[in-house]
Amino acid sequence: MDAFLLQVLNGLDKGSAYALIALGLTLIFGTLGVVNFAHGALFMLGAFCAVAFDKVVTAERVLLDPIKKTPWGTPLEVRVPYAKVWFGDAGEWLIDYSVPISLALAVPVMMLIGVAMERGLIRHFYKRPHADQILVTFGLAIVLQELVKAGFGANPIPMPAPSSYQGMADFGALIGMEPNTVVYPTWRLVYFLFAAAIIGAVFAFLQFTTFGMVVRAGMADRETVGLLGIDIDRRFTFMFGLAAVVAGAAGAMYSPILSPDYHMGMDFLVLSFVVVVVGGMGSLGGAVAAGFLLGILQSFASMNEVKQILPGIDQIIIYLVAVAILLTRPRGLMGRKGVMES
Amino acid sequence: MSDKLIVSRRGLLKTGAAAGVGLAAPMVFSRPAWAYTNEPKGKSVIFGFNVPQTGAYADEGADELRAYQLAVEHLNGEGDGGMLNTFSSKALKGNGVLGKKVEYVTGDTQTKSDAARASAKRMIEKDGAIMITGGSSSGVAIAVQGLCQEAGVIFMAGLTHSNDTTGKDKKANGFRHFFNAYMSGAALAPVLKANYGSDRKAYHLTADYTWGWTQEESIAAATEALGWETVAKVRTPLGAGDFSQYLTPVLNSGADVLILNHYGRDMVNSLTQAVQFGLRDKIVNGKKFEIVVPLYSRLMAQGAGDAVKGIFGSTNWHWSLQDEGSKAFVKSFGQKYGFPPSQAAHTCYVQALLYADACERAGTFNPCGVVEALEGFEFDGMGNGPTLYRADDHQCFKSVLVVKGKENPTSEFDRLEVVDQVPAEQVTYPPDHPMFAGGDLGKCNPGA
Amino acid sequence: MTNLNAADRLLLLLFAVAVLAGPVILAPFGAGYPDLLQKFAIYGLFAIGFNILFGLTGYLSFGHAAFLGVGSYAAVWAFKLLSMNVLPAIVFAVLLGGLFALLIGYVSLRRSGIYFSILTLAFAQMSYNMAYSVLTPLTNGETGLQIALDDPRILDGAGQSGGLPLTNLFGLPMNQTWESELLGMTVQFNVGFYLCAAVLILGFYAALRIFRSPFGLMLRALKSNQNRLNYTGVNTRPYALAAFVISGMYAGLAGGLLAATDPLAGAERMQWTASGEVVLMTILGGAGTLLGPVLGAGMIKYFEAILSAINKAELSDLLSFLPDALREPLVSVLALFVGEGWHLTLGVIFMAIVIFLPGGLVEGARRAMRLFSRGASDAPSEERPAK
Repeated sequence: MDAFLLQVLNGLDKGSAYALIALGLTLIFGTLGVVNFAHGALFMLGAFCAVAFDKVVTAERVLLDPIKKTPWGTPLEVRVPYAKVWFGDAGEWLIDYSVPISLALAVPVMMLIGVAMERGLIRHFYKRPHADQILVTFGLAIVLQELVKAGFGANPIPMPAPSSYQGMADFGALIGMEPNTVVYPTWRLVYFLFAAAIIGAVFAFLQFTTFGMVVRAGMADRETVGLLGIDIDRRFTFMFGLAAVVAGAAGAMYSPILSPDYHMGMDFLVLSFVVVVVGGMGSLGGAVAAGFLLGILQSFASMNEVKQILPGIDQIIIYLVAVAILLTRPRGLMGRKGVMES
Repeated sequence: MSDKLIVSRRGLLKTGAAAGVGLAAPMVFSRPAWAYTNEPKGKSVIFGFNVPQTGAYADEGADELRAYQLAVEHLNGEGDGGMLNTFSSKALKGNGVLGKKVEYVTGDTQTKSDAARASAKRMIEKDGAIMITGGSSSGVAIAVQGLCQEAGVIFMAGLTHSNDTTGKDKKANGFRHFFNAYMSGAALAPVLKANYGSDRKAYHLTADYTWGWTQEESIAAATEALGWETVAKVRTPLGAGDFSQYLTPVLNSGADVLILNHYGRDMVNSLTQAVQFGLRDKIVNGKKFEIVVPLYSRLMAQGAGDAVKGIFGSTNWHWSLQDEGSKAFVKSFGQKYGFPPSQAAHTCYVQALLYADACERAGTFNPCGVVEALEGFEFDGMGNGPTLYRADDHQCFKSVLVVKGKENPTSEFDRLEVVDQVPAEQVTYPPDHPMFAGGDLGKCNPGA
Repeated sequence: MTNLNAADRLLLLLFAVAVLAGPVILAPFGAGYPDLLQKFAIYGLFAIGFNILFGLTGYLSFGHAAFLGVGSYAAVWAFKLLSMNVLPAIVFAVLLGGLFALLIGYVSLRRSGIYFSILTLAFAQMSYNMAYSVLTPLTNGETGLQIALDDPRILDGAGQSGGLPLTNLFGLPMNQTWESELLGMTVQFNVGFYLCAAVLILGFYAALRIFRSPFGLMLRALKSNQNRLNYTGVNTRPYALAAFVISGMYAGLAGGLLAATDPLAGAERMQWTASGEVVLMTILGGAGTLLGPVLGAGMIKYFEAILSAINKAELSDLLSFLPDALREPLVSVLALFVGEGWHLTLGVIFMAIVIFLPGGLVEGARRAMRLFSRGASDAPSEERPAK
């Protein structure tokens, strides 16, 4: 039972990452009709916003040690973070909490990147064939990741969670089980809550604001909305920025779980497309549902008991489920008719 | 337009007149222009440095390239000479190799067998490289080693840790200075016993490809010989990213040691996440839960950050070693680049020097001469103490380092501390050891 | 069967001449060595085949690398079990590639649009993951399937000794190379390349015939409006499936040739990035055009081979005519784009081409031509790139 519950928890935790990435992608892909191969790169950029922020707050004052030398003969460097020098304890707190605080940097930066991308590039491709969209966004993704590589190197960069969130939380006790039966890393629970909050916020925004209503109308029939004298283009630009923010925030908060490196976006790219399509094109709810579904299934497929019967099942489960769902439900879980079918 | 016919100078030609049959028989074409593949005719000789420049091991590849450039400088008599001053063989004079200036070409393996072979072929076919060296994974090393055997050039393996490289896939033209999975197990076992006792239950997480399997086999054998019990061996897909679904079952498995047979990004992620899952704070069976990472590298330790603290592993070499060879190398590398070299840089630098020295001693670049000069070659002063290049399998036998993640690192390069330098005898195995069985060196192939 | 008109015959002739003279034409660009020439021909063939599916029917498969991989494995197994002659290996590769395409196509073509793409992607990724790990006994996983001394090789295994046998065509080894000096360059004529070139020309001819046939017309109709076809009572599925299988056979053939010129089959040939590569090649060159895919394939493979090989020292040599103060900053800027940064160049080129040359290289060339002969309205309309 404990093992089962742990695996469910793990599935939800994985699923929250999948759902967040898919949510951003589906805002662009399922609604604006743009095949955005740079979405993984946006996720990666978000993670590197956290890295950059961390680098800034941990920027060190470098002093040269007068006596000690390195093995190659130069004076040993003594490094003290400026933040600590200037702000003392507050500086230390800033360094400790750099990941969540970096959201304050990631959100505006990603919004800017998203808007710039849409204005400068993507809007010229709305009417172009999907093939062209793939080529241009894939090219962009490569350029972005190579720039990050040139700046930060190819090695993963460790990004610790705030120290008070590094341990394990007794999840079992929270839901009334015996203490210490189901414990789970605190930061992963935080990530789950964070994902739930973001997903809820995006849905509420689209559902309950006038802006969201117009956007939804625009998705359904762009031309008519345009004829009504509403500037749908600007709203779509904002939507693109929003998608970038969702991807970027997801990446920034994920950095303590997966040490960021320049290539992480590509690893998530294929997966996020699978999730979006399994969820059904044009359906935000579908993308979220598919994210959690695939996360949980993947978690269970990795259990030793399952792997003993079906070796290697954990490696293909996502694709297997994708095939099964697409064959039984022609438009994925909740897809709409006519979106991206030709 | 002068035509000359080169009969397969690119490869071993054993084609008979009998149609469709690859048989050993002399060809009836005109005399080849080369005595062996890419025989250097001018004032210079070209080395081919085939390292990962893109993909997950790009930083490691960059460090290898730095080491090669340093080696070329030293061979050509520039710089401070580095390990040439401490190397026991004094054949190299700092005037190139056999009087020819060393030049080099570079290529990107992309850590893919296909791309690595294409890149090596380019260096051999187009640039006229006399030898190929480098690489940061076993799959690539084995694939390129096979190619070099066919093409008739020497392959000096870079970082490759799988038993197979000098085991079932060994080749006469290929040489490995780096240590292997068996040696990791043999070196680690006594240290693990001393620190964790002989009554432990181990849980393996293993990268699901050939290298991972050979390491899992080696470590399991070594720890089981201590009396440890292996609870489970779980295979994880390459590049899984998030390993949490493999870590949750560990929590309730009754195991008290987790062994991570991962390398590169997989290792960084699985270790970071294992620590996140509180494994290191657990008490199981009345003992503190421990994690072991059999193959360490400083770059990976940097990537994993604080997660490595106190975790045992093995490594081929570390810059904090205090022998004369290591000190000389760290000094010239540090002066040139401003930070200490990684173990990948070390093995590549040494391989380049060993190759050059073998040519010098053999008096020829002919691969068969080089093979003869390297086989059974004993040397010292290259950072690992007295070393033997064993003739039976072209594997170097030297001391292996057992390291531990440092509790109080003074810089980002100072993540590991050397716990023990296990002497060569302790990690030596017979050439026909079952983990290395099934291969055949074959004959050296000079091409042409 | 329609006969080829004069323009097509000229196109075919020019194509054949250009391919056969490849070693001479490409030598000045540093691309005249056997391995890269072979890769040009093989990936060109792969892209031509992919274009028959994507360019004509509009079905965007994201899993074509699986057929290439399967073809390679089939060919290497043929070398291991049967004979080192490349003919049986290539035949097996084509057949197995086609068979796989039939299975995957039959299932995947039940859906269209993005759903089809994801289905093919899923099948290919499953193949890749399994080949890399669980199926290692069959594929030799990470290292790749190689030939070994103790393989049975029932047709010609007897009597071999010493080194590994070579792949050959009735005794003519694939790696045999004639060299000659021409205008100060060394030109390498390699047997393996000419085998690939011959197959490429045949493959191009077959594609040309398909493009011009009623079948090809039907495939185009499929692209422009499948619903209308369905309403008129035409069952479109068999046509799409036929196109899928044909392009799968091309991929298998390319995989077989890869193994024939270098007997190693690695799992990463089946990875999604490899499938993506052929998509990029086709779009880059111009989807739906005859020549485009070959050009796109050549461009990507050229950059991969040449740019990645340039290092800082070479850049410095190259620019040695500049004064130091100018050279060093220039070298450090350019170094971003070569060597370990060659991906960056590739990314920039992808973007530049799709932004400035919509429709790919062929369309770009056509525009340039039109610019020169303004007013000439007789530009062939049939080869318009895919919408």
